[in-house]
Amino acid sequence: MTPAAVLRAGLRDQNPGLVQLLGLCPLLAVSTSLGSGLGLGLATLAVLTASNGIVAIAGRALPAEIRIAVYVLLIAALVTSVELLLAARLPGLHATLGIFLPLIVTNCLVLARAEAFASRQPVGLALLDGLAMGMGFLLVLVTLGSVRELLGRGSLGADLHLLLGTLPGTAGWQVFGEQHGFLLAILPPGAFMLLGLWLAARQALRNHAARQAAAPAQQATAADAAGRA
Amino acid sequence: MATDTTARRSLRAALTLLAVAIVAFGVVALVHERTREDIAAAARARQQEQFAAVLAGRPFDNDPLQDVVELRDAELLGTASPVPVHRARLQGRPVAVIMAAVAPDGYSGPIELLVGIAPDGRLLGVRVTRHKETPGLGDFIELRKSDWIHQFAGRSLQSPALERWQVRRDGGDFDQFTGATVTPRAVVTAVARTLQAFERHREALLAPAGTIPP
Repeated sequence: MTPAAVLRAGLRDQNPGLVQLLGLCPLLAVSTSLGSGLGLGLATLAVLTASNGIVAIAGRALPAEIRIAVYVLLIAALVTSVELLLAARLPGLHATLGIFLPLIVTNCLVLARAEAFASRQPVGLALLDGLAMGMGFLLVLVTLGSVRELLGRGSLGADLHLLLGTLPGTAGWQVFGEQHGFLLAILPPGAFMLLGLWLAARQALRNHAARQAAAPAQQATAADAAGRA
Repeated sequence: MATDTTARRSLRAALTLLAVAIVAFGVVALVHERTREDIAAAARARQQEQFAAVLAGRPFDNDPLQDVVELRDAELLGTASPVPVHRARLQGRPVAVIMAAVAPDGYSGPIELLVGIAPDGRLLGVRVTRHKETPGLGDFIELRKSDWIHQFAGRSLQSPALERWQVRRDGGDFDQFTGATVTPRAVVTAVARTLQAFERHREALLAPAGTIPP
């Protein structure tokens, strides 16, 4: 596989949030705002890249019987380390992400990439795959988080300060009054509906593009047939 | 021989797994050791921040985190286990106690509160420290959503009288929000019970630092 193909797969063609639909539980539960989506996205990205790298180095030498057990151990150690570091450095964000941080261990995306890709590819490509898949997941988390925060609370990035401290420009924007927010958007059913609408729109666009690609060919055949007649 | 290779294979797998487990354990232990103090400091800072909020600017010169007694009162505190009560002092004299309280009957689970009480039984401030109420409906008890929680400051069991420590819909003196009565009802009741617990154990709670009440 070429590096470009790995990038395309992670970000678009095999996007974990939109195509593989892996890790939906944290995706839907945490994407209530731009800030928390970005936080969990970055944590998952870091764990995924590191676990892919380690698995690519160690994976080949492992007996098949214990491969999955070793992956789980490595991923659990990585996630625990990330959680401890976040609790020490960014306690506010750590409190917001709550249980979904340790639950990265059970995010099937991490184990799936380790088993299906990293264990049979060179280290460089495995790292790139971790980055690409992590970015794909992060983009979906951030987009869904932004839309839900905007619809539900009328704000955008209101809890970014948990992630970035008090840097200028991290106060977020209040676009309209919170009392006019669409409550459903930040509740779990709203997450399912918005993701469902997104998937449907994506599919409609793809179908449309496929029809567009097919149509000129048909016309050409028709003209050809008419010319011959 | 087949059995020999199978046994050797199993042994090799087991030893590999053991080695990985030891490495993983070592990494986590190292990170834990390196972050332990920072995590404890962050927790202390968070508690001090919350204490300052419920003390509403009352001056004190001790560290309330260190000055703590444990109170046991299953009837009024809603839990059979001991509840920590912190004391704020100025030159050794108590200026406030800070009690953790739990409203067990929130709309979606217990609501945890921190209540600051002056020695005369007046409320200095109340804050919600943890809750699972519905966002947009029941979360007005958080200060960052509304200033509802401010109405407790200055109240006591005399103002209003105990039977008026209820939300307006139940004939009391405390505001509720449209569509959410269960949440404020739980918080008002819990604060009233905390005040009663303070009255009942006042002597022990205001005892000089170092004495352990019975």
